[in-house]
Amino acid sequence: MRKILVLVEHSGGVVDDSAYELAAAARNLGEAGGDVSVGGVVLGNDVTDLAAGLGAWFENVYVFDSPRLQVPDGVAGAELLAGLIEQEQPFATLIPHTNTGMDLAPALAVRAGSPLFADCIALETTPDGLSGVRTRYGGKVHARISATGDGGFMATMRPGSFDTGEAPGSDGALHTMEVPGDLAPQRRFVETVAPEPGAVDISQAEVLVAVGRGIDEEEHLEIIRSLADVMGADIACTRPVVDKGWLSKSYQIGTSGVSVKPKVYIAIGISGSYQHIGGIKGAPYIAAINKDPAAPIFGVADVGIVGDLFDIVPLLEQQIREVKGVG
Amino acid sequence: MDIIVCVKRVPDVAEAEVDIDSSGRGIQLGTLGYVINEWDNFAVEAAVSLVEEHGGKVTAITVGGEDDEDVLRRALAMGADEALCLTDPAFDGSDSFGIANILSKAIADIPYDLVLTGAVSGDVGGGRVGPMLAAMAGIPHVCLATELSVDAGTARVRHEVEGGLERVVELDLPALVTVQTGMNEPRYVSVLGIRKARRKPLTAAGAAEIGIAPDSVGPAGTRVTVEEMFLPPKGEAAEILQGDDEDTVAALVERLRQQGGV
Ligand SMILES: Cc1cc2nc3c(=O)[nH]c(=O)nc-3n(C[C@H](O)[C@H](O)[C@H](O)COP(=O)(O)OP(=O)(O)OC[C@H]3O[C@@H](n4cnc5c(N)ncnc54)[C@H](O)[C@@H]3O)c2cc1C
Ligand SMILES: Nc1ncnc2c1ncn2[C@@H]1O[C@H](COP(=O)(O)O)[C@@H](O)[C@H]1O
Repeated sequence: MRKILVLVEHSGGVVDDSAYELAAAARNLGEAGGDVSVGGVVLGNDVTDLAAGLGAWFENVYVFDSPRLQVPDGVAGAELLAGLIEQEQPFATLIPHTNTGMDLAPALAVRAGSPLFADCIALETTPDGLSGVRTRYGGKVHARISATGDGGFMATMRPGSFDTGEAPGSDGALHTMEVPGDLAPQRRFVETVAPEPGAVDISQAEVLVAVGRGIDEEEHLEIIRSLADVMGADIACTRPVVDKGWLSKSYQIGTSGVSVKPKVYIAIGISGSYQHIGGIKGAPYIAAINKDPAAPIFGVADVGIVGDLFDIVPLLEQQIREVKGVG
Repeated sequence: MDIIVCVKRVPDVAEAEVDIDSSGRGIQLGTLGYVINEWDNFAVEAAVSLVEEHGGKVTAITVGGEDDEDVLRRALAMGADEALCLTDPAFDGSDSFGIANILSKAIADIPYDLVLTGAVSGDVGGGRVGPMLAAMAGIPHVCLATELSVDAGTARVRHEVEGGLERVVELDLPALVTVQTGMNEPRYVSVLGIRKARRKPLTAAGAAEIGIAPDSVGPAGTRVTVEEMFLPPKGEAAEILQGDDEDTVAALVERLRQQGGV
């Protein structure tokens, strides 16, 4: 029976959804008609209870529980996982393509000598190995990638790309793993910093007018503010707008920003990277305005206008004023 | 303090139409412009400003062809002291593992305290080369840094972690840090600046010079192969409103009204 290992990410004592997504994806990696045995791996401090709760999802749960693992450290994590991989000889090891996963997986691939598929949105077995799909060029192109061999593959998997399904209800065995005495993380923890709360809380907004790099100049934000005002909406943005210092981080939607769950979301001059879209929860009505008909945002939007935002936005504001009967 | 910064030139596809090339495994590059990888621009700025503060030397390195020297000239214009172009027909078609392997052999001969890379590249975007390079060089790394300072052999790094948080850690040098966008404000590069930077040393080295077996890189050393590239399936793509601007906007307003957005 094929073994697959899944690295379980957790934060603040809560298991990340990616763990269930990867557990489900792992079940599809058996040989044709063959069974798989999926093992979950938990690294951290005081995580044995959390690990014990995962038995319904995994046939085996391996827990490395030590105060030295309080702070995730890709280098130390890679060392522990490399040892487990050597012991278990899995066909593949799946790691979420999160900040923590990105920190660990490449180091692990070097240690374990594994081919590493990065940021997969699909993964399947082939008669002679493994094949996956990932995006390139900012999501404008998809690539099918493959590697051959009997096992030892590694893949980071994009959160949200794999359905969780039901827990298979297995009665997983908990294995308490030894953290070697000489494992010494090389990072010294100083502090954890939470994002500063902003003046507005876009996570609660019902209607969001979001702006991206297409706005080009800080002064041009005025047309976005003006549109949002007349709609009674809040404004939000992508990361490049924050990087330039035009809006504060509390306006940034995305995997490294704020998660929002509006009813209506308008993307203006935004390409639609998955790190941005990943911050939009629920199923809002999405409208996109972009001059590039091939922008990935049109793949997730409900409605779109292909055009120059500097033409469209003022016209949109004007027509909304007319509809609402405001000057 | 000596810093190595790894930079890469990438096609600018932000507003361009992208087509698959005849091999089916790449995109047509013909008409595309090229830019420095967005993340690497922040990495160069970080390297240059650290050396301005502490003294030392910045060496910019790329693995690529002659055309990719552009990105090194740009780094030199920003203030890097030296540049190294790792170029060899044997390197063509290397995957991320191969690129990291080439870089690790090249930096083995250069003294350094700190290696900086971008967090990801805009074209490949796997975020693998940096931490792979660190593992190969046997130095610690931290990914996705948003702040970086150095004091007496110790780097202090603020980086993006799980749960939307950031964490501050310290680590002993030498170390590798991957740089996230927004860490700083990359300085402006003028055409004149690039021309002036032509006086700075830019050397090229191939497989023989860095002592790497040609069959360990390129297609022969590739662990993950690109089988095909294709345009994303249209699936449930948006309804694109048709007509002149007045019409499309009117149609959009109507839909927004139905959805409670107006
Ligand atoms: C680990 C990590 C975390 C990240 N987290 C986030 C995050 O939380 N949030 C986030 O947003 N990004 C995040 N990013 C960055 C992300 O990868 C993208 O770079 C970013 O989302 C792109 O923003 P954008 O769409 O504004 O810019 P671009 O991708 O440059 O797109 C600009 C768009 O504007 C269009 N445009 C230009 N001019 C006009 C015009 N006049 N009229 C109409 N359209 C026009 C262009 O066609 C293009 O589609 C993260 C990246 C990494 C690696
Ligand atoms: N060909 C290359 N030459 C030099 N550095 C590179 C090259 N490819 C990737 N890098 C570095 O590795 C980082 C991450 O790239 P990637 O792993 O492709 O996402 C980039 O930001 C660069 O700093």
